[in-house]
Amino acid sequence: MSSDVMAIQSADAAVRSWTEVLHEWVTTVDHKRLGVLYILYALFFLVIGGIEATIIRIQLVRPHNDFVSPQVFNRMFTMHGTTMIFFVAMPILFGFANYLVPLMIGARDMAFPRLNAFSFWLTAFGGMLLYFSFLGGSGLYGAGNAPDVGWWAYAPLASRAFSPGHSSDYWTIALLASGFGSIGTAINIIATILSMRCPGMKLSRMPLLAWLNLVMSGMVLLAITPLSAAQLMLLVDRYLGGHFFDTQAGGSATLWMHFFWIFGHPEVYVLIIPCFAFASEIIPVFSRKPIFGYPVMVGATVCIAFVSMSVWAHHMFTVGMNSYANSFFTITTMAVGVPTGIKIFNWLGTMWGGKIQFRTPMLFCIGFLFQFLIAGLTGIMLASSPFDWQLSGSYFVVAHFHYVIVGGILFALFGAFYYWYPKITGRMLNESLGKLHFWLFLIGFHLTFDLMHIPGLLGMPRRIYTYEPGRGWETLNLIVTIGAFVQGIATLVFVANLVISYFKGAKAGNDPWDAWTLEWSTSSPPPAYNFASIPTVASRRPLWDLKHPEDPDMRYE
Amino acid sequence: MTNKHKTEWKAVAARVTGILLILTGVLLAARLCVAIPPGDLPIPSIFDPRSTPADALNQHSHFVLAITGLIFVVVFTLLAYAILKFRQTTENADREPAQVYGSTQIELAWTIIPILIVVVLFLAVARVIHAVQDAPKPPTAVEVTAIGHQFWWEFRYPALGVVTANELHVPVSDRVHPTPTFLKLLSADTDHSFWIPQLAGKTDLIPNRVNETWVDPHETGLFLGQCAQYCGTQHAKMLLRVYVDSPEEFAAWVGAQRQPANQDEKESAGRHVFETTACLNCHAVGGTNGTGRFGPDLTHLMSRHTLASGAAENTPENLRLWIENPDAIKPGSLMPGMKLSDADLDALVRYLETLR
Repeated sequence: MSSDVMAIQSADAAVRSWTEVLHEWVTTVDHKRLGVLYILYALFFLVIGGIEATIIRIQLVRPHNDFVSPQVFNRMFTMHGTTMIFFVAMPILFGFANYLVPLMIGARDMAFPRLNAFSFWLTAFGGMLLYFSFLGGSGLYGAGNAPDVGWWAYAPLASRAFSPGHSSDYWTIALLASGFGSIGTAINIIATILSMRCPGMKLSRMPLLAWLNLVMSGMVLLAITPLSAAQLMLLVDRYLGGHFFDTQAGGSATLWMHFFWIFGHPEVYVLIIPCFAFASEIIPVFSRKPIFGYPVMVGATVCIAFVSMSVWAHHMFTVGMNSYANSFFTITTMAVGVPTGIKIFNWLGTMWGGKIQFRTPMLFCIGFLFQFLIAGLTGIMLASSPFDWQLSGSYFVVAHFHYVIVGGILFALFGAFYYWYPKITGRMLNESLGKLHFWLFLIGFHLTFDLMHIPGLLGMPRRIYTYEPGRGWETLNLIVTIGAFVQGIATLVFVANLVISYFKGAKAGNDPWDAWTLEWSTSSPPPAYNFASIPTVASRRPLWDLKHPEDPDMRYE
Repeated sequence: MTNKHKTEWKAVAARVTGILLILTGVLLAARLCVAIPPGDLPIPSIFDPRSTPADALNQHSHFVLAITGLIFVVVFTLLAYAILKFRQTTENADREPAQVYGSTQIELAWTIIPILIVVVLFLAVARVIHAVQDAPKPPTAVEVTAIGHQFWWEFRYPALGVVTANELHVPVSDRVHPTPTFLKLLSADTDHSFWIPQLAGKTDLIPNRVNETWVDPHETGLFLGQCAQYCGTQHAKMLLRVYVDSPEEFAAWVGAQRQPANQDEKESAGRHVFETTACLNCHAVGGTNGTGRFGPDLTHLMSRHTLASGAAENTPENLRLWIENPDAIKPGSLMPGMKLSDADLDALVRYLETLR
């Protein structure tokens, strides 16, 4: 069946000109193509955000360096943070969700294909708008510039008094646009999962990836809306004479902080939960065992979602809340550690007694496990408000959240790339280049982010374009910068692997990993309609049942 | 079979030892980096406290580090063991391992144990929060109002009638006669954060809001810090110095700061420049018609060791450069280049040099 499908597709491709192909991609409503568009768009911005990070690290390589001016440095860290969160991490995860969720639940597309396309182009427009600020940011005031208010844009720094011109407006509207895109996609994922599952796929039989994306989408609805509201209020302040955040007219600076962080902290979980989902698919397949404690994994995720909605003010332990508020946000934050710990233990339980195959996707997931463990433990330190009074706003925090985002999210994402690239393109990624990528990136990552904790302990605040010599920060910053370059080289190896394997990679076949979920039952790449006939499932691992009719999963669930 | 198991175990043990050795190496390297021989100035390490709040935070941080360290060792060992032990080998390549779906008892255990740890940690935290944040203010306390500006610090001692900038002087406090310093924290523009790691954790200075923090340094000396909340272009050079004086030194310093500005007639030319140019829009010098508050009070400028909020040493050359071209020292600071003639500049610097 699947070979017929392939034949029809390639016959089509032969007669189409490149303009027709381009037209098809721009007007597509196919969830797989939109998924690929999201991912390519995010990879483009990953390179841009990476270049900004490199500029930051070169400037900090030694004290009193003058590689860039303070103005440029401040724009670089603002754009780096905004880009990486809103235009790399969010779209790349939405891309994978778009591509995988319908395939894994045995559906032919998302519930609302045109809303899907609309959301993607809205997000894409947001990213373009943000970068257009480099040209149009100062508007009539003269030469353009990008926003320099930090990715939190704390009030009153983003008010007209302290941020004249239009650079902050580009930031605000870019985030509003991409925020609406995110809300559209989240609604779409929820509707798809709740209404498009194939026969037999009860909620309790859904792959964890679908479950976790369902939870993530619910969190997006709750987290992005306050951010969008705050952006609108900021626009009212800047253009309609409002005073929500205008401290010179009695507005409140802490109000913005509350709005921002009630988005900002759940956002961390919006980003990490899909990565938990990748790990929960990849680790079982390469340990050759089902996920350990499936119901508990689902429960822990829902629990994380609920509790993480009540932890936001742990970003504000230094703003002078009273001791009761500080205590409350300490206990809620520490409480998130419990379900998160359960997840790590359940992945451990999955590997325990298994038969671990060290293919590249698994290597990245193992890196993810260790690094996420460390990130979680430094998170406990930051959750403890008295310790946080010292650590907050220092390089320790920068190291901590990069440990989460690079050591956790990015490692799991790399694992996902190696795991699903064969499905998306029909070709395997090169295993030797993959291992080189893994080891180089691992070394670069630890050189950079392990040592980055220490200057924070020695009093180095974040967001400074230069620093004084003689405080014990020089050697550490030098090594951190070297590590950043090693990571850059490793990323180039990865990009080269993506390109080379696309043309020269070994043919993947339907099921290169001997896996168990529905996406591996169709051809690679899947046809536009995904499945020739809608599958029926009887357990959480339909392909296991198919391959082991003598010992199917459905007997044990 | 047993022999094979033994060799496998040896291989596993060798790998674990290898990993532990690498880890030790990394930790030692990190330790060496921290132990850079100190220069003239102290390193503002949070683990080198010289005041009660910083000390409480330091002790608490050791407790948290011990617990998280223990969790790390246990979970790391389990993960490493599982990864090294349960590998695919040529022996088991042809068959799937036992399919295990979960275990209620084990999952219950690794839910309850973390909950207990969280409860213990929280109780410890609550105690420290209360001790530091709700500490009573003794009547002997020195009161200071600290006002954050883009990009410098204003310090006012309302009870003592002293106004200064960027370099805070506080008396040393001993346990028998405690003289802690309580700071009221305000902001004139954007958010800032007051952070002297060796004396106390950070507290933000937020416009339209009154915050408070306190320090009671146990020994005299200079302690360094800087603004820890991004406040604009020159956030990096909003440095902070705290001089902890003996009671006698502090009294002498207060006495000197309360004196009116030097009125040396020899330098009236420079004073004339100060009083007839834009200087006085932003700067105050007691006894002149300069009463601006946008920039630091200059009445006793020469009693300070640094210029531009710690960005440069307070020397005549730096002072001249700072007035002529502030961007050379602190690009993006709100001090404008004054565009004075060389003669006026020299006179002005000579005059400012008399403001001791």
